[in-house]
Amino acid sequence: MSEIHDPAAPQSTSDLANTGRMDVSAVLEGAEIPETVSNIVFDLANVRVFYGDFEAVRDVTMQIGRNEITAFIGPSGCGKSTLLRSFNRMNDLIPGARVEGLLAYHGFDIYAPEVDPIEVRRRIGMVFQKPNVFPKSIYENVAYGPKVNGMKVNMDDLVEECLTRAALWDEVKDDLKKSAYALSGGQQQRLVIARCIAVKPEVILMDEPCASLDPIATAKIEDLMKELAKDYTIVIVTHNMQQAARVSERTAFFTADVDANGVRHGRLVEYGPTRRIFTAPNDPRTEDYISGRFG
Amino acid sequence: MTATLVSPDATAPIDLGGKGQPLADKTFRWILFLCLAVGIVFLFVLLAYVTIKGWPRLTPTLWENMPSIRRPEQAGAQSAITGTLWVITFTALFALPVGFLGAVYMEEYANPTSRFTRFVEINIQNLAAVPSIVYGILGLAIFARALALGQTVITAGLTLALLVLPVIIVSTREALRAVPQNIRHGSLALGATLWQTTWRQTMPAAIPGMATGTILALSRAIGEAAPLLLLGAVSFISFNPTGPFSAYTTLPIQIFNWTKESREEFQILASATIVLLLVILLAMNAVAILIRNRTQKRW
Repeated sequence: MSEIHDPAAPQSTSDLANTGRMDVSAVLEGAEIPETVSNIVFDLANVRVFYGDFEAVRDVTMQIGRNEITAFIGPSGCGKSTLLRSFNRMNDLIPGARVEGLLAYHGFDIYAPEVDPIEVRRRIGMVFQKPNVFPKSIYENVAYGPKVNGMKVNMDDLVEECLTRAALWDEVKDDLKKSAYALSGGQQQRLVIARCIAVKPEVILMDEPCASLDPIATAKIEDLMKELAKDYTIVIVTHNMQQAARVSERTAFFTADVDANGVRHGRLVEYGPTRRIFTAPNDPRTEDYISGRFG
Repeated sequence: MTATLVSPDATAPIDLGGKGQPLADKTFRWILFLCLAVGIVFLFVLLAYVTIKGWPRLTPTLWENMPSIRRPEQAGAQSAITGTLWVITFTALFALPVGFLGAVYMEEYANPTSRFTRFVEINIQNLAAVPSIVYGILGLAIFARALALGQTVITAGLTLALLVLPVIIVSTREALRAVPQNIRHGSLALGATLWQTTWRQTMPAAIPGMATGTILALSRAIGEAAPLLLLGAVSFISFNPTGPFSAYTTLPIQIFNWTKESREEFQILASATIVLLLVILLAMNAVAILIRNRTQKRW
């Protein structure tokens, strides 16, 4: 049982104004989606992520659907970023990190010994919290992925296509040779997304992609995400619940359990269609979090 | 304690003059400044001394003429200048690739927590502190004798390469470490291999830092005399080196030899050559500083 959740705390009443519950109108439009995921891209069964002896994420079982936007929400230190980074084996880069349980991508265990993490990362792209453009030109940033992957393509066309899809082309088409550092934070993040789709991945993982952006840039990225979801499967970690409500089809709420030694372990509390999570959560901890009582 | 809680606009007039800087504070400031000044002042005294003393010989004959025992007023240091260039070229040729790639291994490939890595790391730092004369003995035993390379440019180049290798490795590692981790992660997340990431992202981003460290390391090698004395740099040589297996002398050796002579002309000649050597070293350091300033903070 989570220590964060205090059962003695006053439970929510029907009076929305008094609970301080967030405005969920964003999730109330659009079609209802079923609880179960039909077209499964990721199938997680009892996934546990360790850093050395420390169990950062315990026992996650969930399915992520194709061409859906799945949001991971929860307080800091609940393991949602850690879990996200294990989807494309970026956790391999941290000495001592390991994954237990089954994390299957289209039925293939991506932690099987014969799997090449490079191949996994080519299919499952990632966008980071801070726009990490390369210290190169805008053009080179987009062309880098296809080049290192040995893709035989018309690079000029591909760069234009990716920048257009990332809603950046009109802003940079005359400055392709300029350094990517000359762009604003929001433009840089869209460049990173363009760079990511240039290697033609199926999945895009986004680790708090708007954390360092202003609201206008954030809105642009969110529009872009919805646009990209037609062709890509997107998993996004966010601290911004409104953002999760606005963009995602499904939401997973994570929290941190504190064990007897005071060590925090992330765990999945509740997962389901975003509208249900925000309007009728099953777990009181989810209710507390989305109504702003903690986190 | 109520007195401290009275709001400032009460009755007492406001005095922002304070108590003035206490004497101890001022004294301490001056002591700090003097300590700094000692080093700078001595550098300038040295520069002024050798420049004034060597002034009569700071003419083109210094680098146009060969050394001469009989006619010091006509002698020059051309063979020492070309010898220095030859030796430092071979030093760079050996030390740079090995140093860069060794540093890349340590920083990008090796597991930082492994015992072996930490052992190597400590020993590289120890190596940087080994006196240069010890490298001279090593070079004499291994390159000159065991490998029978003799008293040649290549022996000197190899020995000086060993001498500066730890410095190059340490500075290259620092340059690589200064490249933000998220650049590497960005590259790896696109499906690039570790080698592609290192070669196309990390190393290009680290080049300014690597260049700075390298230039400083090479300027140290240029100023070295001790190991070369052991390795048999020739004290008097009136021709330029003709290749890697040629006999040679270098500027520090030439200076050392001239200062040993009793005649005043040689002392003047030595001073003039010291100025020449210092100009070369300061110029190299200036280039290093220039590169550092040009490329600071790109992320």
